[in-house]
Amino acid sequence: MSGVRVLVGTRKGAFLLTADGNRKRWQVSGPHFGGWEIYHLAGSPVDPNRLYASQSTGWFGQLIQRSDDGGTTWEPVGNAFVYEGLPGTHQWYDGTPHPWEFTRVWHLTPSLTDVDTVYAGVADAALFRSVDGGQTWHELSGLRGHGSGSRWQPGAGGLCLHTILLDPHHAGRMFVAISAAGAFRSDDDGTTWRPINRGLKSDYIPDPDADVGHCVHKITLHPSRPHVLFMQKHWDIMRSDDAGDSWQEVSGNLPSDFGFPIAVHAHEPDTIYVVPIKSDSEHYPPDGKLRVYRSRSGGNEWEALTKGLPQRDCYVNVLRDALAVDALDPGGVYFGTTGGQVYASADGGDTWTPIVHDLPSVLSVEVQTLP
Amino acid sequence: MIRVMLPAHLRALARVKGEVELEVEGPPTQQSVLDTLEARYPMLRGTIRDHASHQRRPFIRFFACEEDLSHEAPDAPLPDAVTTGAEPLMIVGAIAGG
Repeated sequence: MSGVRVLVGTRKGAFLLTADGNRKRWQVSGPHFGGWEIYHLAGSPVDPNRLYASQSTGWFGQLIQRSDDGGTTWEPVGNAFVYEGLPGTHQWYDGTPHPWEFTRVWHLTPSLTDVDTVYAGVADAALFRSVDGGQTWHELSGLRGHGSGSRWQPGAGGLCLHTILLDPHHAGRMFVAISAAGAFRSDDDGTTWRPINRGLKSDYIPDPDADVGHCVHKITLHPSRPHVLFMQKHWDIMRSDDAGDSWQEVSGNLPSDFGFPIAVHAHEPDTIYVVPIKSDSEHYPPDGKLRVYRSRSGGNEWEALTKGLPQRDCYVNVLRDALAVDALDPGGVYFGTTGGQVYASADGGDTWTPIVHDLPSVLSVEVQTLP
Repeated sequence: MIRVMLPAHLRALARVKGEVELEVEGPPTQQSVLDTLEARYPMLRGTIRDHASHQRRPFIRFFACEEDLSHEAPDAPLPDAVTTGAEPLMIVGAIAGG
């Protein structure tokens, strides 16, 4: 029987949660790298035993760990992330120029076709690629260098490149998102880039519909239809049907359109999930009720999913990388909270069960569907 | 022989227990000791000092002989007690929350 492996990054280590296809009995492995912040783990679509982890602390900086046996053993690989050329400046919070400084790797995206190629999104925002399994990293500097980089400004979590999407149909096309700069697309394998933020409106910047400056929290796509993008912006759920050339708001009847993650069902390209959060200063769910919202129409019409989730006195947050889906049938949905819970649904979100209650604050959740 | 005491997380990363003992070529300095340490344990590169500039990471300190050597020049000679192996060079993670 096939199974799932849930890769959980927390403030104090990594945890691997595994189950068979029934997704009822779970085994918990960890903490791996106890005491370190694990911003993200990701598995290769080519070889599910190849995992990458971003490990960091304020004391010792950044490490990248690699496993070739599904997380049983790990080896540190390359951790030199050096900006290409003169780093230059972006804007600081007060609008003054600030030198680009590497702080950490936020997100890892392994190649869809080559087990040794992996992309890293870092803060201060830049995109790096390794073609040797993480041993060496080289910046795809056309992103920072395309022209708007000097106007990018950090969000509350820093100036971070947190989303990397690879288009499985259109060779060389990839998307990234940066807080608080916006979304960007390359059609030539990361060499050249352009902003794709037309239709976004953000009242917290001087020009609400500027080409850059939007605090995009997450974008996602379904691999069968990669020209359709869904976005959780700081406020607003957005949809693009033209690979980001234009966006329309699809927040509809959500109780709040602020939030961090967004995900698409593995088998239903118009079924999307968000976790509404009350506001950008109150990072907890509205009314103390932890509710995932599902739209089966690609946005606008949303239903609350509550069975098995706390519906009173709940004040956790769900961060941008902490919502994921599996590809089993029926499709599963997973998310982790800043309170250390990881919830799973084996029925597309209709019912939820906590896999674990008491982990350190969860930073990221990824799911591997195992053969 | 130079004795180096690493913080617990870096001992785990380098997969060593207790102190590390290093033979350093030339006059022992912070720089030559760290060069030798990183050559023997490449996974420590970037965790104590910057890859390129070799600047000490902000929350890392160097102690020896009950003195804070963190702000000494990287090429300054280490105390005799460290160069003779009587005392270890301690690489310490600052107490700074977390």
